[in-house]
Amino acid sequence: MRPDLDIVAAMIGRDVRVLDLGCGNGALLEALIERQGCRGLGVENDLEDFHECIGRGVPVTHGDLEQELHRIDNDAFDWAVLSLTLQAVKHPDDVLSQMKRVAPRLIVSLPNFGHWRLRRDLTLRGHMPVTPTLPYEWYDTPNIHLCTLRDFERLVRDLDLKVERMIPVGADGRRTGRHTRLAPNLLAERAVYSLST
Amino acid sequence: MADGVGTVELRRAVVFDGDRPLRLVSGAELGPVEVAYETYGELNADRSNAVFICHALSGDAHAAGLHAGDDPKRPGWWDNIVGPGRPLDTDRFFVICANVLGGCKGTTGPSSINPETGRPWGLRFPLVQVRDLVNVHRALLAELGIERLLAAVGGSLGGMQALQWAIDHPDEVKGAVLVAASARLSAQNIAFTAVAREAIMRDPDFAGGDYYENERGPDRGLALARMIGHITYLSEQSMREKFGRRIQDADLPRYGFDVDFQVESYLHYQGQSFVDRFDANTYLYLGRVMDYFDPFSDPAHIQRQLAGSETSFLVLSFDSDWRFSPEHARVMASELRGAGAAVTFQEISSPHGHDSFLFADPPEYHRTVARFLDRLAGAGPGPA
Repeated sequence: MRPDLDIVAAMIGRDVRVLDLGCGNGALLEALIERQGCRGLGVENDLEDFHECIGRGVPVTHGDLEQELHRIDNDAFDWAVLSLTLQAVKHPDDVLSQMKRVAPRLIVSLPNFGHWRLRRDLTLRGHMPVTPTLPYEWYDTPNIHLCTLRDFERLVRDLDLKVERMIPVGADGRRTGRHTRLAPNLLAERAVYSLST
Repeated sequence: MADGVGTVELRRAVVFDGDRPLRLVSGAELGPVEVAYETYGELNADRSNAVFICHALSGDAHAAGLHAGDDPKRPGWWDNIVGPGRPLDTDRFFVICANVLGGCKGTTGPSSINPETGRPWGLRFPLVQVRDLVNVHRALLAELGIERLLAAVGGSLGGMQALQWAIDHPDEVKGAVLVAASARLSAQNIAFTAVAREAIMRDPDFAGGDYYENERGPDRGLALARMIGHITYLSEQSMREKFGRRIQDADLPRYGFDVDFQVESYLHYQGQSFVDRFDANTYLYLGRVMDYFDPFSDPAHIQRQLAGSETSFLVLSFDSDWRFSPEHARVMASELRGAGAAVTFQEISSPHGHDSFLFADPPEYHRTVARFLDRLAGAGPGPA
């Protein structure tokens, strides 16, 4: 499992109901179900990933997460998770407020467009940045709503959500060294946020 | 279909009798109850590989393979999904299909003899519900020495049976595959059943349901009911592609009230051939079975049954199905999840309307079913 998903699993704990939006191959949910006694539901649009979820015994809905999210009942879950997907949805603000509607606690991880390397590429070199975390060219990227951690935190406040924890992670998904904490918006390539209503 | 299950045989079992009658949900008692069924593949030593196919309104026990002397081009009604290497893989699974209670293909129904009068039941046959159909399936399994199913699988009315089974006896069903099904008919669905029923009951040859000993039964009404049904099973797109506005056996229209368009000819053929193989009273009874089906009407019961159960559900729907639209399936999936069940849901794009559950294309459909059954059987997450 990706190291950042281990961080997410540790945040979630045991015996709770978890919605994983854009759950990919279902690895996080499988771990939560098998090891932590959780009840889970994934939403995944990619057919290969959808089938892999079935193969892992992870309950999953095939479809676009933004559409499916609207169909989920209020407070149907304890946690709603969105891993490295916020930047690829059409309406990030709506996705967050829908997540808040279906679960009191949220986990959102995202790439940080404020990282110094990206700032350098844009300001000094005059190019849209291409990095290990954001490996796409501007014309073929699925990432249509990139933001900095500071931007994200402002939206979180506007939606009346509270940041419970923020863990900076590197491009490899691993927790970064302490120094990142000093200026995460400049130094963290990604971050995992735990939010509450 | 040389690569299917080969030659198969219809079997019969008496699962209830006069001394030990079937007690129906309505409180009425029925006996004897005979069941016609077929099996494909072998039951394994620990009896853990049984997959039960629940059939739809006009189906029967002959799901796969050929009866001796059959045209090889006309195997059982769900042959494309049952057989070696197919999703209901008979190399690994013991597949059972039985004609439903109230049916007319070997299982006790309105055309069977009422032992008290020595004549066919007709409309004196008691009204039955999905739960009764399931209880007869369960009695058959007891007869076969099977306590738990790997999966109950069904499309349309078959999906309703698999759903009821999993709700009532979650410990007996490891997985339930519900295809093109609904947990409750809409007003529009009930309206279609009503028109079909009227067509049969208003036929002058219906004779109050006691037509079995007459020269002819309500053939015109039954054919009409089937024609109406068929319109709702196909999609606008499949009708357009199959028939368009083409004229039957001619280039130019004949201008009149007889059959002229290809689609009319098709419906007539479907209606006529149905009369030869189906009983009008069974059509009435099974229509009512669907109308009254409403398993989520008691949410507390569902919660009790499913909370903590190990049963996993696969709910599949087809975008062109307007008889039981994907909305029906979504509501069903959401109600199951609300009760704590593990539910996987997929809306598959298919041109075939409600009938999509009978087709092997698009391949995505069978692929998902196969993957789900593999997982139930304990196969690991290996490559797709």
